[in-house]
Amino acid sequence: MRMTGTEFGEGVRIAFQALKANRLRSILTTLGILIGVVVVTVIISVIQGLNTYVSGELSALGTDNVYVSQYPWMITSWEEWLKVRNRPKIESRHFEFIKEYTTLAQAVAPEVATRRTVKYRDEDLNNVIIYGTTEDYMVLSDAMPEYGRFFNEAEIHQRRNVCVIGWEVADALYKNKDPIGERIKISGQSFFILGVMEKRGQLFDFSMDNNVMMPYTVFQKVFGKHRSLEIQAKAVSPDAVEDLKSELEELMRRARGLRVSEDNNFNINQQSQLLDTYKSVTQVLWIVLIGIGSIALLVGGIGIMNIMLVSVTERTREIGIRKALGAKRQVILWQFLVESMFISSIGVILGMLISIGFAMIIKQASPIPVDISAWVAFLGIGFTVSIGIFFGLYPASKAAKLDPIEALRYE
Amino acid sequence: MMIELKEINKDYHLGLETVHALRGVDLNIDNNEYVAIMGPSGSGKSTLMNLLGCLDTPSSGLYMLNGSDVSDMDDNALAEIRNREIGFVFQNFNLLPRASALHNVELPLIYNGTPSSKRRDLAEEALTKVGLKDRMHHRPNELSGGQRQRVAVARALVNNPSIILADEPTGNLDTRTGDEIMDLFETLHDNGNTIILVTHEEYIAEHSDRIIRLRDGRVERDEAV
Repeated sequence: MRMTGTEFGEGVRIAFQALKANRLRSILTTLGILIGVVVVTVIISVIQGLNTYVSGELSALGTDNVYVSQYPWMITSWEEWLKVRNRPKIESRHFEFIKEYTTLAQAVAPEVATRRTVKYRDEDLNNVIIYGTTEDYMVLSDAMPEYGRFFNEAEIHQRRNVCVIGWEVADALYKNKDPIGERIKISGQSFFILGVMEKRGQLFDFSMDNNVMMPYTVFQKVFGKHRSLEIQAKAVSPDAVEDLKSELEELMRRARGLRVSEDNNFNINQQSQLLDTYKSVTQVLWIVLIGIGSIALLVGGIGIMNIMLVSVTERTREIGIRKALGAKRQVILWQFLVESMFISSIGVILGMLISIGFAMIIKQASPIPVDISAWVAFLGIGFTVSIGIFFGLYPASKAAKLDPIEALRYE
Repeated sequence: MMIELKEINKDYHLGLETVHALRGVDLNIDNNEYVAIMGPSGSGKSTLMNLLGCLDTPSSGLYMLNGSDVSDMDDNALAEIRNREIGFVFQNFNLLPRASALHNVELPLIYNGTPSSKRRDLAEEALTKVGLKDRMHHRPNELSGGQRQRVAVARALVNNPSIILADEPTGNLDTRTGDEIMDLFETLHDNGNTIILVTHEEYIAEHSDRIIRLRDGRVERDEAV
């Protein structure tokens, strides 16, 4: 297929002239493509943003933290639930055993929680989460007291009624007063406030500042021992996470005296499992959404094809003239391809701009960091140029193959 | 010899029927001849013109145009031959309505890749030859019928083709402007161009030097005027 630069240029010139002559028609066709591009780009970007958001939030759970729990974090079927529901609770002695023998964890703490109303004089605050833990909690959750201090080993051992309160609790109950040294009432018992945790923000919609931390020994004294603990451990280094998991499994089996033939009656959980579950659950949804977007683009493409067919029919005579004067097939083909590619390119460019606008609005209005990434932009451009070519090719080749005699006779 | 037709047949298949439009046409046309092709409708006149203009190929027979055999060429090769060897003038002008006179004349040059500055010079020169130097930038709908046909003649001339093939060039013009166009062909002939005129009007054909009369797909008479 040979074509001179002049012929090439003429193709571009004609295409532009034709678009100018049929302004409304071209705009409407462009609109079809534009909508397709916006739908696809926005959907893909929202998906990407949502994934970034979720994995960012989940990383607050600590990427190298490992959790020994009674149940798996995600139970996806009834059968699975039936299998795990009779598992024994994780108790203090399990935690103490692991703490004593672990070599790969830089910090290990138990966690047990309940919701209670907390009181200070006439003020009270509902639904505050009460945690029972140890001082390793600070390492595991990467949070330090803003004022005062955390409770220490001696206080845990002696079961002192001491606590550290979350930032929100301090703000709600103590207003302008310094809460350190004050008391807080939980379930009829009074606790001495040692410190206030730094502000930690939210995990999704869940506030991490609306809580009270106390020694787990005190927790069990006040609220009873019937709740299962969860044991959290942080690996000495990110490379040690897998080894730590095996070690915890081994220690837990030993603490429970499980035989080789017996299955684990506990779970080793990790933040990445949540991410995996999230991904597998949402994947189908994404495929459906992208499918819908692609249909929008397809409809846009059909719009181009339709308009190009009209254009070819309208210009049959012009094609005849050009062919009589020596235009070869590829020159005519090119002329119509430029037209369809131009329509789709304008659609893509405007669509991209509008998508960027949408992305900015979503970013403002929600916590999801929606950005049109370069690869989405390139994908969109590539996809649409292909659409321009694919749907333009049939009408263009129809034009190129016209018999000049017939075409010249066309009224 | 500019044009050499030997035993040319052209059949059309219309459903089950076969129409023999041309039945064994032999024809020679020399350089710088001025020939008129005449015949009633259905005589094969249009078919012969399409073949001579390389818009179509014969079913059988040999067509030598300026030394090359064009009887079996494919679409693209024919396009190239048309561009180089033939200048068309049509009854209904066949100008591009949205393009200026100048751009219409430039078209054949575009399709042989003449660079734009040279193209413009050649197109202006051709328009000057037909007396439309001051109308170059007008579109066809801003020109009279006679002027439009002059633009078409300029377009036919611009590439310096072997033959100017005019199909009823005065058919859509009044007698006076028709005469002006015929005078233009006269001048072109005097300047050395080969002209083939297809017409059904006797007084138009008489401008030529030789009249070829067709009937039922055969050359009935071929005589000098």
